[in-house]
Formats: sequence, structure tokens, C-alpha cells
Amino acid sequence: MTSVFEYAPAPESRSIVDIAPSYGLFIDGEFVDGSGEPFKTVNPATEEVLSEVASGTEADVDRAVRAARRAFTRVWGPMRPADRGKYLFRIARLLQERAREFAVLESLDNGKPIRESRDVDVPLAAAHFFYHAGWADKLDWAGLGPGPRPLGVAGQVIPWNFPLLMLAWKVAPALATGNTVVLKPAETTPLTALLFAEICRQAGLPPGVVNIVTGAGDTGRAVVEHDDVDKVAFTGSTEVGRSIARAVAGTRKKLTLELGGKAANIVFDDAPIDQAVEGIVQGIFFNQGHVCCAGSRLLVQENVHDEVIASLQRRIGTLRLGDPLDKNTDIGAINSAEQLARIRELSDVGEAEGAQRWQPACELPERGYWFPPTVFTDVSPAHRIARDEVFGPVLSVLTFRTPDEAVAKANNTTYGLSAGIWTEKGSRILKIADRLRAGVVWANTFNKFDPTSPFGGYKQSGYGREGGRHGLAAYLKGADQ
Amino acid sequence: MSSDRLAVRKTYKLYVNGAFPRSESGRTYEVTDAKGHFLANAALASRKDARDAVVAARAAFPKWSGATAYNRGQVLYRVAEVMEGRHVQFCEEVAAGEGLSSGKARAAVDAAIDRWVWYAGWTDKLASVLGGANPVAGPYFDFSVPEPTGVVAVLAPQRSSLLGLVSVLAPVLAGGNTAVVVTSKERPLPAVTLGEVLATSDVPAGVVNLLTGDAEEIGPWLAEHDDVDAVDLTGAPARRAMELERLAAGSIKRVLRPPAEEPDWTADPGLARMTPFLETKTVWHPMGV
Amino acid sequence: MTDLLDPHALAAETPPRREPPAPFRDVTRSGAAFRAFLHGLPGVDQVGAEARTAVLGTRSIKTTAKAWAIDTAIAMVDLTTLEGADTPGKVRSLAAKAKQPDPTDPATPQVAAVCVYGDLAGIAREALAGTGIHVAAVATAFPSGRASRAVKLADVQDAVANGADEIDMVIDRGAFLAGRYLDVYDEIAAVKEACGDAHLKVILETGELVTLDNVRRASWLAMLAGGDFIKTSTGKISPAATLPVCLVMLEAVRDFRAATGRQVGVKPAGGIRTTKDAIKHLVLINETVGPDWLSPDWFRFGASSLLNDLLLQRQKLRTGHYSGPDHVTVD
Repeated sequence: MTSVFEYAPAPESRSIVDIAPSYGLFIDGEFVDGSGEPFKTVNPATEEVLSEVASGTEADVDRAVRAARRAFTRVWGPMRPADRGKYLFRIARLLQERAREFAVLESLDNGKPIRESRDVDVPLAAAHFFYHAGWADKLDWAGLGPGPRPLGVAGQVIPWNFPLLMLAWKVAPALATGNTVVLKPAETTPLTALLFAEICRQAGLPPGVVNIVTGAGDTGRAVVEHDDVDKVAFTGSTEVGRSIARAVAGTRKKLTLELGGKAANIVFDDAPIDQAVEGIVQGIFFNQGHVCCAGSRLLVQENVHDEVIASLQRRIGTLRLGDPLDKNTDIGAINSAEQLARIRELSDVGEAEGAQRWQPACELPERGYWFPPTVFTDVSPAHRIARDEVFGPVLSVLTFRTPDEAVAKANNTTYGLSAGIWTEKGSRILKIADRLRAGVVWANTFNKFDPTSPFGGYKQSGYGREGGRHGLAAYLKGADQ
Repeated sequence: MSSDRLAVRKTYKLYVNGAFPRSESGRTYEVTDAKGHFLANAALASRKDARDAVVAARAAFPKWSGATAYNRGQVLYRVAEVMEGRHVQFCEEVAAGEGLSSGKARAAVDAAIDRWVWYAGWTDKLASVLGGANPVAGPYFDFSVPEPTGVVAVLAPQRSSLLGLVSVLAPVLAGGNTAVVVTSKERPLPAVTLGEVLATSDVPAGVVNLLTGDAEEIGPWLAEHDDVDAVDLTGAPARRAMELERLAAGSIKRVLRPPAEEPDWTADPGLARMTPFLETKTVWHPMGV
Repeated sequence: MTDLLDPHALAAETPPRREPPAPFRDVTRSGAAFRAFLHGLPGVDQVGAEARTAVLGTRSIKTTAKAWAIDTAIAMVDLTTLEGADTPGKVRSLAAKAKQPDPTDPATPQVAAVCVYGDLAGIAREALAGTGIHVAAVATAFPSGRASRAVKLADVQDAVANGADEIDMVIDRGAFLAGRYLDVYDEIAAVKEACGDAHLKVILETGELVTLDNVRRASWLAMLAGGDFIKTSTGKISPAATLPVCLVMLEAVRDFRAATGRQVGVKPAGGIRTTKDAIKHLVLINETVGPDWLSPDWFRFGASSLLNDLLLQRQKLRTGHYSGPDHVTVD
């Protein structure tokens, strides 16, 4: 956008973070060398190599699981629940104290705008620890049956879109319920998890309670398939989720999966239009669209289609794409070359199938991985961009004429993670929310998260919930678990 | 009544979509009592019967899941009432099939009827017990409610032909799911009679579909079926359980794993058979003026 | 609705009514039609509007952008004194400051206008002669607006006669909240006529309208009736100008121009005291309606203490070190 009012660059200082040239695995309270071939993690906004990170092999994972088992049996399991809670409170406070450092590091490693890492990811991660800390000594009152008990060792594999926040979603409930953890961060975004290891040490957390084993898919498989893991929690693609479900079949392992999505964001003609447009933007362009619950299918009532699209395009024209560390950036970098290739491929398919591609005039930086905010109109339910998860800043617009048609189209997907409804009519919200087959329904808002609020999918978006009272059940055994 | 009257025997068939068809395959198999004496020929359900049953269960889902919890409770209670009227018949079939004394058979039938009553009382309490308001840090009203998963394939227990069957079926229905059940292979007759009860007790057609036959044969088709949302492997052959769970992974089905051995069905069931087939839906709305 | 239900209303002789611009010419044909139109405007979700302004409030405006923003904000100030204790001396002092806000730096822009009560408009006009700075006068029984139509119109005519070239009127909030939208409309139209060539700013007093839905309806009502500016507040009621209110008003002028081709200005007034507040408003304009409104012709700040904070920040940017209150003039 050209304007008389051009914002001067306002970069957040990078000097607050101190990235080591290489990192080991965090096992039993110590950083140790990995046995696999180390890999490089890059800043996706510049392609600059940030650090070299150890790759965990089966043997490394085995060491980590043994450490976690020992810690579970000897220390964490027998510990007074109130003391477990105090450790979690400490972690929450440490995250708050070092919040800016985590935010800058997250933006460097992931490519997300500092505004989001600073105002969303890091504060929410701290909130998850704070919330779950309070549960540690109150599990008997959680309404999950009498005498709930921890499962043991939890093997957790998390994605690259919210590296620290997904860690918090996994680690906080696991520890609060008395389990110990072996966590495998995503290959492209390991750094905040490794900084979290330092937080564990500062908190005085007993060795082995949290173990962090970096690596790629094979490392994750070793965690999931380890015989002495009692619980597997995975967030990522439906494809990998399927293979994990197969791998744990026939074992005693308890499994929760938080997988892909293709959420419908339904805009009725009586919607608060300006806020709906904000919600559409927030729904698909938050975190470059690297969000499993992104509102990637806009279902707009036919009689307001043109008006909504015009407003949407005008609004998208004001989005600021660029340096993730600039405090005024709205859209950061795509996380990896691989993901960029997938977004490009699906967008090209969208065009080839006859949908109309629209992108704002928008300069992309020369280095790094970038994709402009993109809107496809004239999309039909048969198009791939209406069915496949793009996991990028690409919105598919479809239309409907009646509430029944909206619900039918919204539910016409194998996913069922989230959905949005925009209307000023209360009874319509409640009726449509009731009929949508999705785990989270945002009405007149979108992409809101809170540790007290259960999150998770229907259908092939996975099973189990994270957050709230419901999220505890994933880590407990008892009469009703 | 003269004792030389020749009895009119019942033809035992499948119960699918509210009707009692024979297997499309035309197959039957011989069912004997515990001592090996012939009782009846039961329909041997095929994969196509299973397919038809899933279509019926899917079609029945919107109405059953959309009924008020109060209404579902009354329907389940009605099942208990109608079963009570067939008490003698159930006792005879359970005694013959399971080789129980008449006293033990009566206890099993009593417990089965009482189990319907128990679950009938749960329908309109689940949302209060499992759902609630979430105190999020912001100007939003946020609440979570349990909702049924969808179509549940149930491999019923092999030994407890009536109490076991009711114990796995009723919780699936209480939550608002519809069911495709593969009955005990060797003891299928009480299931068919239960179908006759269901057909006459306000349970809408398609909500329950009962397939007599072999879980080993039909189980994989159900576990792999993309339009089945969950499987209860309770009655699966132990050596096939892992394979069935793997097949179920293809469409991310919810799986209730089989117990190491068939449990004592008289124990208090708790919530453990309802929660695996319930989803949690969380709804957010801003609070403003 | 009363027009439909009350037979006398139909029979009553209606004075000729100022026609709204196309394509809305027929919306004032009856009270029911006007109500249907205003209530048919899209709703505003308060939480969403607040969230949007909160995000824009995090914009970081530095160095060159900040320097531009401060000068632009100074040039948008309606330097205001609206006290019962106002005197010609006070107004002359204010006018002097308007002409030369920072005696230490002649490059400092002048403000847009001086805003006073109508009886002092002549003093202001005299003191500002030849400067290009506008004289704005509040009128229509400011701030309550509780007087008869005739008194309000006389108030306006008096201010214009005294030399005001901008009139800041208040709407009849009582009539608005009671649903007598046509009464409010007719009054604004009458005031507009009484203004002659003077620009009309219509004060909605959003703190009394309370909901953002009402702010949107009142904005449209005022624009349809001929207002040249819509203004948030009198400054006598709290809350006065807030970012969400300003957002909704900006959306209204944007949509109104798109529909009618006529551009209307926006003036938040009351409660904007710091440079940070002012810059948040400029960011809000920039990202809601774009640069067309980034000028004193289309956006004003109704303020008194804001100017000194802008001057302090301006000095800091110019000299590189922090300044203090004794380095700017008291009004």
C-alpha cells in the first residue's frame, strides 16, 4: 500500500537472544550429544543458518525414555501433587520473565511475526503452565472418576507452526497429572524447545521429568514406537496421525491426535460485516495460515458475496508482509522451502481447476520463503483447494443460499476441527453451532484459544482434547478413562 | 393345553434398518445350545449386510442424535419396559445359549433390563456432567458440550449374549450414536429377540442394526469402513484385535480396545463405555453490547 | 412505527424535508422507512471492534514516520476551550498558540482551528485574521442540546454572524434514543441550512449513545442529513473519544463515500491527551480508510492538552533529548 504515512522499520532487537552454534539433546537434565547426523535449523525469512541441532536415534530415544521412566518411578510419581504444581508455577513465571527472548527466538526460527509470537504464542504458553499448575493437586475434583492416576511416560511429537505453544499444550497437562515426558520438537523449529530445557533447569525440575529429543520423522517414530512409552500425543498431519494410530494399535499406549483441518467460516448476510472481514483475515492469515484450525474455506451467503469479497480485498491490501522481527509485520515467512512448494502446488492446482486467484500488490523479499496472501473465488466443493489442507495463506471462497446448504457444505469434509459462524441472530448461531461437526465453533470470532477451553477435532481431525478439564483425561487412568 | 402340539418355531434373521431381512448372501449357520443340541439356524451376515447396516445407521444418525436427551431417555426406558414383557423368552434363550441355570439366566436378564434403565437415566445428565462453561481470559462466553461421535461399530461380547450385548449397546445409544452390532457368534439368539424388542419400542429404524455372524469375518470390513466413526472391539477375537485397530486407523476412528478377557458385566459400568463415543464441542461467542 | 400506526401522522402537514443524497433519497420518506434503513445497517460486534483497535494500537511508529505523524497531528488539532470561565483574553491566548504552537521552532505547523463558544467566535476570528486557521464554534445549546429548535438555530446563526466558519452542533440524543430519528434528521438539516457556508460538524455524543450499533446509525443519520464532519463527543461526557468509536465512524464515512460519492470528515474529541493516542488514531485512519482522510480537511482532533504533548515529543525528535513541561507554553 502506498500512503503518505509510511511506517519506518521498527525491528525488535535480536540481541536479546543468544543462539549457540550447536545444540545437543536434553536428556535426564543434561545436554548430551546425539548419535545421529546433526541438522541445521534456518531462519525462513533469510535462509540464514541459525544453529546446528543434534538428531536423536533410537538409542538416544531409549536413553530419554529410560530417564523419563526413572524420574516417573522415583521422583515425579511419588512427589506430593502440590509440589508438582509449584514446579509448574515456577515454569510459568520463568516463561513470563523471559517472554521477549522466547518471542524473538520463535520468530527467528519459525518466521512468524513478532507481534504474534509476543502477543499470542508466548503469553498463551505461560498461561497453559499457570492453568495446569493449579490442577496438579486437585485432580480428585476434576470429575474424571475416582482416584485418577498418571499413565507414566508420555511420548509427545509436536509440529512447527506453534513450536513453544504446542510444547506447552503437551508438557503442561502431562506434568500436572504426574507423567514424565519425552518430547520431539519439529525438525524446522527446535530452538524454543531447547530454550525451554534451560527453563526446566532454572526451575530446578528434577532430571528426567522433561526430556527433549530433537530430530526428524525417524526420531519421532522412535518416540512413538518405544515399548516403554505409556502415552502418545501427536499434533501434526492426518497422514502421519494415521501411521501413528497404526503403530500404537494393539499396545497399551493411550493415544491422542490433533490433526489437520479444513474449517468452514460461514458468513450470513446479517453478519457484522466489518468484524466478519476481520475474522476472515484472522482466520486464514494468522500465522501465515499455518494453523490446523484455520478458516480456510469461506462460505459466504450469495446475496452478500460481492460486498464481502470487496471489503475483504480492501482489508487484505493493508496487511504488511515482511521481516518477522518488525513489530508492524502482519504476515511473516513460510516456515520451510518444502511447505512453500506445497502451497505453490495447491495454488496452481486451484487456478488450473478454474478458480479465480486474487493477490494484493505485495512485494516479496528476495531471500527466504514467502507467499502472498491469496484468495480464490469461484471455488466449487469439487476443487482440491476446497478439500485439501493447504496450511498456508490461501483462502477458498464458496457460496451458499440457505442455512441448510451452509451446514451441508461446511460438514462436507473428512476433517472436523473447527468452524466459524458470523451472524447477528442468536438463535441461528446456536442452531448452526449444534449442527456443525467440528470440535471448536467460533461464533462472531475466530482463532481464539485459552487453556481453560478444550480444543480438538471430530472425524479425521483427530481425537482427544487439549485444554480444560477435558484435556486432563488424556493423561490419566481411572475408572472412567 | 395338550402337550403334543407341535411348536411353531421362529426364524432368526438380521435386524437392519428396522426390518428383519435374511442375509443377502443367503447364508445361515446352525446355532446350538450349550450342550450342542440344535436350537435354530441363524443368518450368517456378510460384508454386504454390514455395508447396508452402515448406510442405515448413518441415515438414522441425524434424527437420533438430534432428538432431545429427554426423548432418548424415554425411548431407552421403553426398551426396558418391552423387554420386561418378554422376560420368560429371554430367560429361556439365555439359559439355553449360555448353559445357565434358570436362576442365573433370570439374574442376567434382570440385570440387562436394569442396565437399559440405568442408561435411560444418563441421557439428560451427560451434558451437565461432561460439559460446562470454560472461564476463558477474555470477553467471551465459552462452553463445551458432549456430542455423539456418529456411527459406532460394536463387536459384542462372545460369552454374555444378552447382558453383555446390552452393556455395550446401551451406552452407545445413550450418547446419541447409532450402532451396527455384530453379535456373539455362537450365542446370537437373544440378540435377535432384542431386535424384536427394539423394533417395537420407539427406537427409530436404523438406530440399532444387529448382525448375527462372525466378528472375524465382518469386523475388518467395519473397522476399515470410511463411514464408520468408531469401533468397539470388546468382542473381537484377541488375535485379531491389533489388526482391527490398525484398519481403524485409516480413517482416524475412535477405538475402544478389547479387555484382556470378557469382564464381569454385572459390575457398575460408570461412564467408561459412553465417553469413548462422545466428542467435545467447544463454542465461543463474544460478550458485548 | 408511530407513523404507520397513528392516522394523524399521515394526515399531518409535513414541512418540506431536505432530501438525502442518492441512492438514499427515499429512506426519509417516513419514520418507519428511516428506522428500517438505520436498523438495516450491518451490526457492530463490540468485542471484535475493540480487538481490531487493540491490534492497531500495537503498531510501532518510529523515526521518520513518527516525525510525519506528529506534524500531521498538530495540523489536525482543533485547539479548544469550552469553559464557563472563558474570556476574550483566554481566547486570544489560545489563538496566539494556534498560530505559533512552539515559539522555539517556527517550522512547527499551525493547528487547524480554534474551537470556542459562539459568543467568543468574534474574538477568535479577529485574533486569527489572515492566518487560514478556522474558527469553530459549538452551538445548538451545547453540550446538552436541550433547547427548542428555534433557540438552537438562533445559536447557530449568532455564531456564524460572529465569524465562525465551522459549527460544532450536538444531536438530540434524547430523540435518537427514543427512536425519533426523523426529528434528529430534520434538526441537523435545519442547522446545516442555518450554517450557510460554514462547515457543519455533527457531535453524536457517543458516550450517551453507548452502543457501537447506535454510533453507526447516528453516523449515517448525520451524514444523510448533510453533516460535513461527524464528531464523537462534547468532551463533557465520559467516555468521550475511544478508538473503537472512531473505528466505527471511519467505517461509516468510508462506506458512505463509496455509496454516495461524498466524503465526510471525522473528529474525535475529548480524552485524547498524548502523542501516543494521536498516533493510534492516525494509524487507525491509515489502515481503515486510507490516506484520503489523512489531512486536516478530513480529520481533526478536538483537544486542548494534546497539543503540548505533541510539541514535547516533537522537541525530543528534533533535539534528540527529552524535554519538559516548562519548555512548552501554557495555554
